[in-house]
Amino acid sequence: MRKSVSERRRSIALHAAMLPLALIWLFPLWVMFVYSTMDDNGIFSQGVVLAPSDQFAANFAALERDVGFIRATVISVIVAFVYTLLSVALTSMAGWALASYRFVGKGAVLATILGTLTLPYFVVVIPQYVMVARDFGLHNTWFALIVPPLFNSLGVLFTRQTFRMMPQELFDAARVEGVSEWRIFLFVALPLARPTLAALSIILFLHSWNNYLWPLLINSDPSMMTAPVELGSLIGLTKVSWGGIMTGAVILTAPMLVLFVALQRHFIAGISAGAVK
Amino acid sequence: MRLRTRTAYAFLTPYLLVFLAFWIWPIVNSFWLSFLNTRTANWTFNPQVTWGRLLVDPAFANALKNTLLILVIQVPIMIALATVLAVLLNSPALKARGPFRFAFFAPVVVGEVAYAAVFRLMFNEFGIINKLGMTAGLPAVAWLSEPTAAMAVIIIALTWRWAGYNAIIILAGLQSIPDDVYEAATIDGVSKFRQFLFITLPLLRPVIILCVVLSVIGTMQLFSEPFLITNRGGPGQATETLGLFLYRMGFNTFNFGYASAIAYTIAALAVAISLLNLWIGREREQ
Repeated sequence: MRKSVSERRRSIALHAAMLPLALIWLFPLWVMFVYSTMDDNGIFSQGVVLAPSDQFAANFAALERDVGFIRATVISVIVAFVYTLLSVALTSMAGWALASYRFVGKGAVLATILGTLTLPYFVVVIPQYVMVARDFGLHNTWFALIVPPLFNSLGVLFTRQTFRMMPQELFDAARVEGVSEWRIFLFVALPLARPTLAALSIILFLHSWNNYLWPLLINSDPSMMTAPVELGSLIGLTKVSWGGIMTGAVILTAPMLVLFVALQRHFIAGISAGAVK
Repeated sequence: MRLRTRTAYAFLTPYLLVFLAFWIWPIVNSFWLSFLNTRTANWTFNPQVTWGRLLVDPAFANALKNTLLILVIQVPIMIALATVLAVLLNSPALKARGPFRFAFFAPVVVGEVAYAAVFRLMFNEFGIINKLGMTAGLPAVAWLSEPTAAMAVIIIALTWRWAGYNAIIILAGLQSIPDDVYEAATIDGVSKFRQFLFITLPLLRPVIILCVVLSVIGTMQLFSEPFLITNRGGPGQATETLGLFLYRMGFNTFNFGYASAIAYTIAALAVAISLLNLWIGREREQ
């Protein structure tokens, strides 16, 4: 089929508008990558150089010398995995209860979750800090990094929606057979909810991996700092290797970009759900 | 359906405990804290040093002014850009859709610290932006040490980070508009541009309002960008936002009572502006 002239002209205009914009959008990521391979003399040299060099390993060594970046990254990975696992477990159970049963207080629970959904996180950050650090004395612990952020209700609403869309006859048939509610949840409902659980896990992992403010506040001991906090502590220092900082930025960003490309559909489903939650 | 309260709470309790302890209780506690003088050994009821101070503190007025300025300039630019991006990315004529989507959506997965570091370096006085500008014959700009320029950097950074996020949401809205609406318009000879103005935009209004509301809530608690890119709200306090001011009061001077009053002001403003948006959106529908 041949395209009409006006259609072709429109297509050219579309690409002429999109291509420069896309390049501008990719530019900061390219700069991050290129600078992670340059020493500071290269970064602050006179001319415009945007081709990769070969100093990545040296930059990484500088970063590791400035802060214990490997240890911080290991902490970040552990926290993100445990947080994601716990949040998916807790919220899918709650979502199942709210989707499947009629019970005393259901209206109140739902109204409380929905009614406080759009309150800014900043409202709770002071009392959370006072409670965890001052009252419990639990700053600089795994508990402080992982447990308080579990309040996030995204998973409750997301899984509740999914469970409600499932054909209820399926569960009723199992009930008639005498299968317990826990087994129905674990072996019938959860496997059917796999796409939702995948999207939810990805978004929660991303949240935790990039989380900055809470880990910054609650863990001041370098031995319990997450990678974004360690990296952030270098920004603004006068004697610091910018090549090293860019290397850290690449190490934090590259795995998420790879995940994003590989699992784009789940990412987008999770973001859309997160917005509408 | 019969009542199954015990079964329900068996599933619900683990989450409810965390939700109550780390969300509901802090919300209540924060309100109470905002009336206390927390700078004495025993915290005593004294709203004069929290809410009273808020009314006369020039640093608070400055942070409020900066936050609203970013809100009024950045949010409309970003939402307009996101809408255009979503429509263009949805165009059947677009080739290489995957790479284009990657370019605009990738910032969504980049963490605050990583992207703040890059923007701070790019807009450094000797950074790549000035180098490119000078190559094109433009004068060097002291991006991070001149108040207006520093504000512009914050706005540029935020737009880069969040335009794709909003485009994803708007794209989902676009894809829920049935094709036959456009087919009918095309048969009637309505131009593509008029279709966008008179079909697409009105149908997208609820999604766009959602994006505006989310952006308002986000902007009201803006913290990492001025903290990291413009070096704690600099130059001076030129880019200090409400979020950063709360951080400074709460965790540099450990004035929890005052910081809680700031927190509740942020919440009240976010709720008020969100309701205003919803109200404007509803008003036009009739």
